[in-house]
Amino acid sequence: MTSILADKRSRPGADAPPPDTVRARGRARRRALNWLTAVGFQLPALVLFIGLVLLPMLFALYAAFFRWGGFGMPEDYVGLDNFTDLFDNPVFMGDLWRCLVLTLLTLALQLPFALAMAVLLNQRLRGRAVYRMLFFAPYVLSEAITGVLFSMVFAPDDGLADHLLGSIGLDSLGGEWFADPSWVMATLFIVMTWKYFGFHMMLYLAGLQSVPRELTEAALIDGANAWQRFRSVTLPLLMPTIRISIFLAVIGSIQLFDLVWVITQGGPDHHSETMAVTMFQYGFKRYQVGYASAISVVMFGICLVFALAYQRFVLRRDLEGATTTMRGAGK
Amino acid sequence: MSLKSEAVSRKRETVSGKSRTGRTLPLHVILIAVGALMVVPLVYAVLSGFKSTDELSRNPFGLPDHWLTGNYTGILRSGDFWRLLGNSTLIAVATTVLVVAASALAAFSFARFAFRGREVLFTLFTMGLMFPFAVAALPLFLLLRYLGLLDNPLGVILPQAAFGLPMTIIILRAFFREIPGELEEAATLDGCSPFGFFWRVLLPMARPALGTVSVLAVVTSWNNFMLPLLVFTDNTWWTLPIGVQQFQGQYSSDYARVFAYLVLAMVPALAFYSVAERQLVGGLTAGATKG
Repeated sequence: MTSILADKRSRPGADAPPPDTVRARGRARRRALNWLTAVGFQLPALVLFIGLVLLPMLFALYAAFFRWGGFGMPEDYVGLDNFTDLFDNPVFMGDLWRCLVLTLLTLALQLPFALAMAVLLNQRLRGRAVYRMLFFAPYVLSEAITGVLFSMVFAPDDGLADHLLGSIGLDSLGGEWFADPSWVMATLFIVMTWKYFGFHMMLYLAGLQSVPRELTEAALIDGANAWQRFRSVTLPLLMPTIRISIFLAVIGSIQLFDLVWVITQGGPDHHSETMAVTMFQYGFKRYQVGYASAISVVMFGICLVFALAYQRFVLRRDLEGATTTMRGAGK
Repeated sequence: MSLKSEAVSRKRETVSGKSRTGRTLPLHVILIAVGALMVVPLVYAVLSGFKSTDELSRNPFGLPDHWLTGNYTGILRSGDFWRLLGNSTLIAVATTVLVVAASALAAFSFARFAFRGREVLFTLFTMGLMFPFAVAALPLFLLLRYLGLLDNPLGVILPQAAFGLPMTIIILRAFFREIPGELEEAATLDGCSPFGFFWRVLLPMARPALGTVSVLAVVTSWNNFMLPLLVFTDNTWWTLPIGVQQFQGQYSSDYARVFAYLVLAMVPALAFYSVAERQLVGGLTAGATKG
């Protein structure tokens, strides 16, 4: 890395070299100045980040050890009680279970579907740009708008879904959707797939761009069929992108809030509640801020453990490439 | 299965140079089916907005008997919708300016300076990528209350900018690194200060990257729901996502009106998307693959 200030020495017309001691002192001063300049550029970002991201997170960690209503400073220290209570709380244990189920569904269905669509749209097809835009468009709609839209689509009796099923003689399949405890998560998953698969598809498409055509063509000449070409050439080369997309999908399921809040608020009877919704309920509706902070901390812990483990065991090679080479973004 | 037929026909094509329409037909069938699933809810919403609520239950997915425009015009004529639109715009623009400015400075220093603590700081920011907002929501709310920023647009703008920093810095740093060192040397020889180089050379050259991160920031801010929900207790500063949710609660029985509102609330986002699609996709894929 060349530093701007260090290069100043080579400015033409600079004075004759000063004696050694002065030069050394000058160098130290220059280095300090360089450091100050570098950090000075960081200041606005650092202040924002530390003040509004890191400190709140640390404070949540602190507050999780108190019984506290959110006014004044936390004083009623309860040790790990909030956490032990949490793991006795059937709603929270349910949150963990639902998070796991949603994650698995996403990995098993949504991402492969996104991949299939990306492979299709990577062909030369008429209108593929239109399909791409179309599949990605829901990603730009806010969760709140998507949520309201689908709460109408899946409204019992009057909604589009029931009417469509009725029109093809499948009335019996229609029903409560979001109000039926055994269907609410499945319906939510459909909505999530509608909204998010396009995002993963776009990632895969970007990844596919970097698969050299010569390789698939060579495999074609060697007589590999499409499935073999996909399995042995495209898929391995796409793995870095897939690993990132899995990472984002898992983190996304852990912190799911907006869609659930808008559509069901966690109902019926907690059957669609997520960790973030439970946190919101306790923190902002019941003013059990210490307890809610404990939920935040567990959420953070899960994200952190997952992220670190994933980086350590899965992403390592990819990330090494990303942080040490200077290859640019999106090219 | 589609892959297989695709392969067979493609091989045939390379051998005999056959036309492409035959082999792509099954693919088109799949794509049209998926496309229909994507579009139907949206078209349903648009059409429903032109119906009366009575007609909606009688004739849920046909064309309207009479195209009633009253639902749409009623909303457009009331000042409320425009105020929410204005709020969303103001908050998105302010967030974007703030996050892009702060990130550009930081990314410049990450990309161009060798200084002690650089890797630590950079790791700190990149770790921000995996902090879920929900974790910080509660203490952030308390902090904003303490600072008196509830029911104040800054209460949304500042945290949004703060949470947008990691992604923006990562993308911009990668881009800034690509700009050749010779340019920097030349600028320095001409007597440019570090900030002068940043301002007069780097930023103009990085315009595409700045566009990309700006589009990302606008979309993220526009769609944010949890933070405005927490910060804005009265409706003066509500943004569109909050407005849509509240409108549904208020007119829950007047389906047609809710649909009209929903459609109008989608229009700005979709319009922006159609203009800025390239930047948005570029930014997301760059951010995600280079994380």
